[in-house]
Amino acid sequence: MHIIESGNAAAATGVKLARAQVIAAYPITPQTPLTEKLSEFVESKELDAEYILVESEHSAMAVCIAASTAGTRAFTATSANGLLYMSEQLHWAAGARLPIVMCVPNRGIGAPWTVWNDQQDTISQRDVGWIQIYANDHQQIIDSVIKAFRLAQTVSIPVMVCYDGYLLSHTYMPFDQPDQSKVDSFLPAFVPAHFLDPENPGNFNAITLPDVRPNSDGIAPGYIEIRSNLHEDLRAALDTYIDIDKEFEKEFGRGGNPLVEEYECDDADFVAVCIGSLSYQLRDVIDIMRNDGVKIGVMGVQMYRPFPDKVIVDALSGKKCAIVFEKALSYGNQGALYGDIKSALYNSDKRPFVHNYLLGLGGREIKTQQLLDALTESCTSPETIGDTPRWIGLKL
Amino acid sequence: MRKDIIEVRWHGRGGQGAITAAKIVANAAFVSGYKGVVMAPTFGTERRGAPVSTSLKISKKKIYDLSPITTPDIVVVLDHSLLEEVNVIDGLKENGLVILNGYKPLSEYKFEGMRVAVSDVTTHGVTAGLPPGVVNSGIIGAFAKASGLVDIAILIPIIEKEFIGKKPEKNARAAQIVHDNTVVGGI
Repeated sequence: MHIIESGNAAAATGVKLARAQVIAAYPITPQTPLTEKLSEFVESKELDAEYILVESEHSAMAVCIAASTAGTRAFTATSANGLLYMSEQLHWAAGARLPIVMCVPNRGIGAPWTVWNDQQDTISQRDVGWIQIYANDHQQIIDSVIKAFRLAQTVSIPVMVCYDGYLLSHTYMPFDQPDQSKVDSFLPAFVPAHFLDPENPGNFNAITLPDVRPNSDGIAPGYIEIRSNLHEDLRAALDTYIDIDKEFEKEFGRGGNPLVEEYECDDADFVAVCIGSLSYQLRDVIDIMRNDGVKIGVMGVQMYRPFPDKVIVDALSGKKCAIVFEKALSYGNQGALYGDIKSALYNSDKRPFVHNYLLGLGGREIKTQQLLDALTESCTSPETIGDTPRWIGLKL
Repeated sequence: MRKDIIEVRWHGRGGQGAITAAKIVANAAFVSGYKGVVMAPTFGTERRGAPVSTSLKISKKKIYDLSPITTPDIVVVLDHSLLEEVNVIDGLKENGLVILNGYKPLSEYKFEGMRVAVSDVTTHGVTAGLPPGVVNSGIIGAFAKASGLVDIAILIPIIEKEFIGKKPEKNARAAQIVHDNTVVGGI
């Protein structure tokens, strides 16, 4: 059934349908309505979960780590500085291979204070070992949350479901709520291979020596082996997510773009690339330029970590130019996605020019005309724009 | 830039329920066949009583641009005292429509080149049995009458559902009374 609600409500409904068992969260704008909705679901018994109040985001993730280690389905949500406050625990959750799911309505980071949207918060946490999925509208938010729980428990890696703060979190639009019974069959109960059990005591994630060592089970891995496994399993998660998405599509009739979502790219000479709702806003610009005879398309990157490099290289090889728009950057270098895309394309023998535009930081409005101007310039003189990121809309 | 999108800007005060009103209209538009419906409140820090606005975009096709509207086709004003604080017709398209909760007769409200619809929503709300100052259900009736975009018969059950536990019948009655007592003129 379709309802019209906010992006945060879509996320909360997804968590309810996924039957999360332990929720711990600390409120922060623009995440707050999501956690309020979840506490309402728990209070009204629509969701049979333990809602644990905490005094900080660090504790929220610590509770999720404990709950997940005990074998329950755990969820939290945060934004911006709250995400950074739990960063140490994010590394722990990934290293401990716990299938926690977290929503992050993206927000700029202080200082100076901002409550508005950009993507610096999650992009800056790309290297913690979590899977990062980005949604472009409310349907993708609710569907991604359900798929994220399935992916997390299949590969034993935590998953962040990210969506633009305010632009999606506080905007209302129609979306379909999947049937509970169908979600139940798509997402079976979480059965951990190892979990905290008073009847069967054990050590979890104790000090691990630099080298392998013999123990009662044979050879115990060292730290580097455990971390290499995490990396290889993250890489394998790309294909796992494609399979999960296929199954979801069969059951619910939606999906088919789990890693990247392309629009008008097949015959395009030029492709705009970005993460999040901006890739949808760009569709209007693509329509305008196509009307004027420019062969251009847009690709939204749905899964950012693990990075779907093969799919991106296949999509961009042989094009004249890829134009990367970003609401985040690796300060002192360039856009993070831009660097990743150039790196992926390095071994392609049909490398396109790649341009980088930075925009929308701290909620600065992105006007369709600005996107049109930037793309027009990139398409008109692809060879002269160069490697230095360009800022859109700066009023210096 | 897309010409298929009808843009409606709602002006109210923090706590007055402009978002709820816009959400009800969004629902009614969706069930009336408008597949693209996006409602975006002013993003940021809201204070009770301060002027706020909400953007509602309606189209037969999916809407991809989530940015606030700057050139509305329709503006809805929940509180006539806002006219002294906010330029509610800022960016309003030529021959645009102003829908106003006001207690004065239509001829007292002049917006050059614009159509105007007026109803005393505050008083009609009290007639319907609502506490004084509840106007967000009533103004929907004026919107239905003046815009012709959504039918009052479709709106009534959606209002009743949205206000479950908060005087649903009285809120629906307020919308109906306002609908039947909205005067449209201007230009």
